[in-house]
Amino acid sequence: MDYSLTEEQRMIKDLASRIARERILPEAARLDEAEEFPWEIMRVLGESDLFGVWIPEEYGGLGGGVFEQCLVMEELSRACAGVATSYAASALGAFPILLFGTEEQKQKYLPDIASGKRLAAFALTEPDAGSDAGNIRTTAVRDGDSYILNGTKQWITNGGEAEVYTVFATVDRDKGVRGITAFIVEKGTPGFEFGKKEKKLGIRSSSTRELAFRDCRIPRENLLDREGKGFIVAMRTLDRTRPGVAAQAVGIAQAALDLAAAYAMERVQFGKPVGEFQAIEHMIADMATQIEAARALTYSVARMIDAGARDFSKESAMAKVFASDVAMKVTVDAVQIFGGYGYMRDYPVEKLMRDAKVTQIYEGTNQIQRSIIGPQVLREAARRKAGQAKGITNS
Amino acid sequence: MGDVWIFAEVSEGRPLDVVYELLGGGRPLADDLGGKLAAILPWGADQAGEASTKEAVVRDLIASGADLVYVVQSRELVLRQEEPHAQAIYELANQYRPDVLLFGATTFGLSLAPRVAAKLGTGLIANCTTLSIDKGSGLLLMTRPAFEENIMATMTCPDRRPQMATVRPRAMKRLTPDPGRLGEVLTVVCDLPSPGARVVEVVKEDQDQAVDITDAKIIVAGGRGIGCKENLEMLEELAHLLGGAVAVSRPVVDAGWAPESRQVGQSGKIVSPKLYIACGISGAVQHTAGMSSSDIIVAINKDPGAPIFDIATYGIVGDVCQIVPALIRELKGRR
Amino acid sequence: MHVLVCIKQVPADPSAVKVDRKTNTLIREGIPVVVNPFDLFAIEEALRLRERMSSSGQKGRVSVITMGPPQARSALEEAIAMGADDAVLLSDRAFAGADTLATAYTLSRGIRRIEDSTGAKVDIVICGRQSTDGDTAQVGPELAEMLGIPHLVRVRKVESLTRESIRVERIADGGYDVIESCLPVLLTVEKGINQPRVPSLRGLMRARKAGIPVWGAQELGVEAQQVGLAGSPTRVIRVFSPERQRRAEMLTGSPEAVARLLVDRLMTAM
Ligand SMILES: Cc1cc2nc3c(=O)[nH]c(=O)nc-3n(C[C@H](O)[C@@H](O)[C@@H](O)COP(=O)(O)OP(=O)(O)OC[C@H]3O[C@@H](n4cnc5c(N)ncnc54)[C@H](O)[C@@H]3O)c2cc1C
Ligand SMILES: Cc1cc2nc3c(=O)[nH]c(=O)nc-3n(C[C@H](O)[C@H](O)[C@H](O)COP(=O)(O)OP(=O)(O)OC[C@H]3O[C@@H](n4cnc5c(N)ncnc54)[C@H](O)[C@@H]3O)c2cc1C
Repeated sequence: MDYSLTEEQRMIKDLASRIARERILPEAARLDEAEEFPWEIMRVLGESDLFGVWIPEEYGGLGGGVFEQCLVMEELSRACAGVATSYAASALGAFPILLFGTEEQKQKYLPDIASGKRLAAFALTEPDAGSDAGNIRTTAVRDGDSYILNGTKQWITNGGEAEVYTVFATVDRDKGVRGITAFIVEKGTPGFEFGKKEKKLGIRSSSTRELAFRDCRIPRENLLDREGKGFIVAMRTLDRTRPGVAAQAVGIAQAALDLAAAYAMERVQFGKPVGEFQAIEHMIADMATQIEAARALTYSVARMIDAGARDFSKESAMAKVFASDVAMKVTVDAVQIFGGYGYMRDYPVEKLMRDAKVTQIYEGTNQIQRSIIGPQVLREAARRKAGQAKGITNS
Repeated sequence: MGDVWIFAEVSEGRPLDVVYELLGGGRPLADDLGGKLAAILPWGADQAGEASTKEAVVRDLIASGADLVYVVQSRELVLRQEEPHAQAIYELANQYRPDVLLFGATTFGLSLAPRVAAKLGTGLIANCTTLSIDKGSGLLLMTRPAFEENIMATMTCPDRRPQMATVRPRAMKRLTPDPGRLGEVLTVVCDLPSPGARVVEVVKEDQDQAVDITDAKIIVAGGRGIGCKENLEMLEELAHLLGGAVAVSRPVVDAGWAPESRQVGQSGKIVSPKLYIACGISGAVQHTAGMSSSDIIVAINKDPGAPIFDIATYGIVGDVCQIVPALIRELKGRR
Repeated sequence: MHVLVCIKQVPADPSAVKVDRKTNTLIREGIPVVVNPFDLFAIEEALRLRERMSSSGQKGRVSVITMGPPQARSALEEAIAMGADDAVLLSDRAFAGADTLATAYTLSRGIRRIEDSTGAKVDIVICGRQSTDGDTAQVGPELAEMLGIPHLVRVRKVESLTRESIRVERIADGGYDVIESCLPVLLTVEKGINQPRVPSLRGLMRARKAGIPVWGAQELGVEAQQVGLAGSPTRVIRVFSPERQRRAEMLTGSPEAVARLLVDRLMTAM
């Protein structure tokens, strides 16, 4: 399908696709097997300017938006979703600075993130606060010109590898979500340590670690926005990055379809390629259709955000839910089309299935996304009804 | 006059194998043209002391087909230094005007020949696998692969002389040496200017594997279809029984199952053994480019449509893991 | 110091090029093109030599040149996107059909013209080891001869570089040679001498807008019969696909049976 990309967008997509093909794909299986963080690839992505596609030019970026970020995510994910996650987590960690940072904070951190010199990370989840992110227990206590952080974060992507962390802590647990506050914490700050690296089902080249804060003193200038605004910082950020997860899902699904379709033409049983059996042919038709629908929705939402829409939580959640569910289904079907070979680790499809799963979990589980979408649809319906009562027509 | 010249590249006082192949390939050309077959033997300062070696080499070249040997002496003709070699050959060719001038397509030959061609202002055909004289025109027909061996081209050099080509090692057959053959020797002492580029050190690198597959007369080769690294042992056993060596295709090297020194094909070694047994190799041109001139090719593959069967002498459709053990048993049984 | 890289645009998949059985010519239309993979190493090495110079306080410049049809501009753009300073396209209908000698001649005239415009010699010319289509590895050495400078093929490492000389390792059959050469010199580089960088987005944007001069026969001051097909001593008289006729004798039966049949045949044949 033709999505009318601008010349610049085409260039971004082509470059990302080329790096994916030439540098990531040949390494993907090895990185997955060794659970090795892809430093060399991160360096290449940095030199190619891809970390900066969504960062404004005044902060060393290329001035694109969420859509450009999605184009990169999709292409990288076709080769290795673990690499794409590491790339995306840096954007997730840096978006709060762009959206809520002071001019000084932006000047200080964004150029290095745009050039890939430093990676960023986003630290919200805790052992007892996953979906219920408002329930975090990491505390921040004001002490003169600094804050002192105490607590533990769990499953933080790029943990240990990143230099710059957006960390969410509460200044007052009694205030609930209104006590949550966001801070920028740099690696190397005394009292900021890393726990064990997790062993995962998929995206195994990405690194996921625990962060521990023990009387970690950070300067007051590292406060993001105001005290108590942290939950909003987190939610606004995730609204903008979820299309990236959707694009990742589309990339994974596309890779699975490409492999499955090629294999279906090659594998001969009962004297003909298995792709000529209608059962397989129809599976492939459904896979392709679902992927295209997911891509179209993802691109539309990204473009809507870049066009300056004010509220897009629902749309962003829709793209993430739909695309990640498609990726899961399509990758399972791809394994099915490969039969026993699909189950073997010598073939690349089982990795896609393992990698796809996380897109239904992180940046808000799909259950939580539906809990964002559903109530809002109902609210809109109620409003429409109220409007009709007042004689206003709405479409 | 229709003389055919070949360049006799020498290493450590001995002509390379390809030199004898050039003599074998050049002989019928010279006969067709009614000219002489001459070898140009550069003899530098480092080898000059060993006059007996030189004479032995000259005798050997004549026995292998040369009518005439030009021994070109200069202290600059040492090591692989292109500039003085090119100058010497240029002067000689200008004086004696051969019709055909051939080089082996070795690393040095491929570097030297174009330098000579540019000096002489003539054409040069690279990496030829077949040479013949066109009966009608008397022109040298030079055939070579291009586009990753996907296409063959037959080329000529109609108007300028000499007609030059580099010839792939193992593409031509050497003649059986005839110690009774007679030939002339002409020694030319050259005064060559010192070159801008000088070899300061020659380093031999251990071929990481003791076996050089290009020397093997029998090769048992494994491809992706052997399934796993362990199955290479079964191929080793078969190769051992046959007195041959094991080679592999590119995917096997990529998978890390075998070192690159064992790789046959476009990006690996070119081999031409008496017997090549291709096990689980589909036969993509990238591979066959390196082995298609083997005398006998046996293909064992599960896929009856595999292109390897198109170039095979004998084909067996089946699982390598069943056929190879059966072959091993059969060979052991016949001992 | 001025480094000049010669690059060629080639089919992305040379094995996709087919022979038209009727006309006996190559069908190249519609086949995607790329920078000759070997030449990416040449570009990268030039950029690294420039970095080496700048770290020793010298100014370096990397220029790129290609002879080809107007579309070959995209190959030059790629080199600029990687970091080359400037580029020249040698393009003219009269250049078409060149063999290596005519190609080297045309390139040598292009280089002479660059030298005239800068008033200084190019210090290092770098070529790829070979192209993936014509695959002769002849253009480099022929060009060096025409420029009257030494050449070193298959360079796998540049050990040192001064204003007057260069020391390299070049692959030789059975090992490698360490060679020292005066400048100017021409090198052809081996794959694996480095890891070519991926172009950056900023570089790609800069390249898209870069002014790349196009020089034809007139600009180079060459006669039409010195270049292209007319200036080429060689002629392709026939192109064909290597023969692939099914001639295998297929052996069938149980593994034991085919093993016996095969060993029988090999015993008589060898
Ligand atoms: C099937 C076929 C076979 C041929 N065989 C021969 C032959 O045997 N002898 C012959 O003289 N010609 C031959 N030619 C023509 C030759 O290939 C020309 O295309 C010539 O322009 C380039 O030679 P090459 O591709 O072999 O380059 P190579 O010599 O292999 O290239 C080496 C390096 O030279 C540089 N270079 C090459 N071409 C250019 C260019 N156009 N612009 C800038 N830099 C360049 C690059 O750095 C490249 O890496 C053949 C052509 C075909 C189609
Ligand atoms: C590989 C990986 C990387 C991650 N990276 C990061 C990171 O960089 N930064 C970060 O902050 N976090 C990260 N996370 C954490 C991730 O965001 C959480 O795992 C996610 O938000 C879900 O939280 P949980 O795992 O605690 O599940 P829980 O919240 O315990 O949920 C368990 C189950 O209950 C369901 N559920 C929970 N609440 C409801 C409800 N109200 N209604 C319906 N169903 C509900 C969930 O959907 C889920 O199925 C990462 C996670 C993984 C797996």
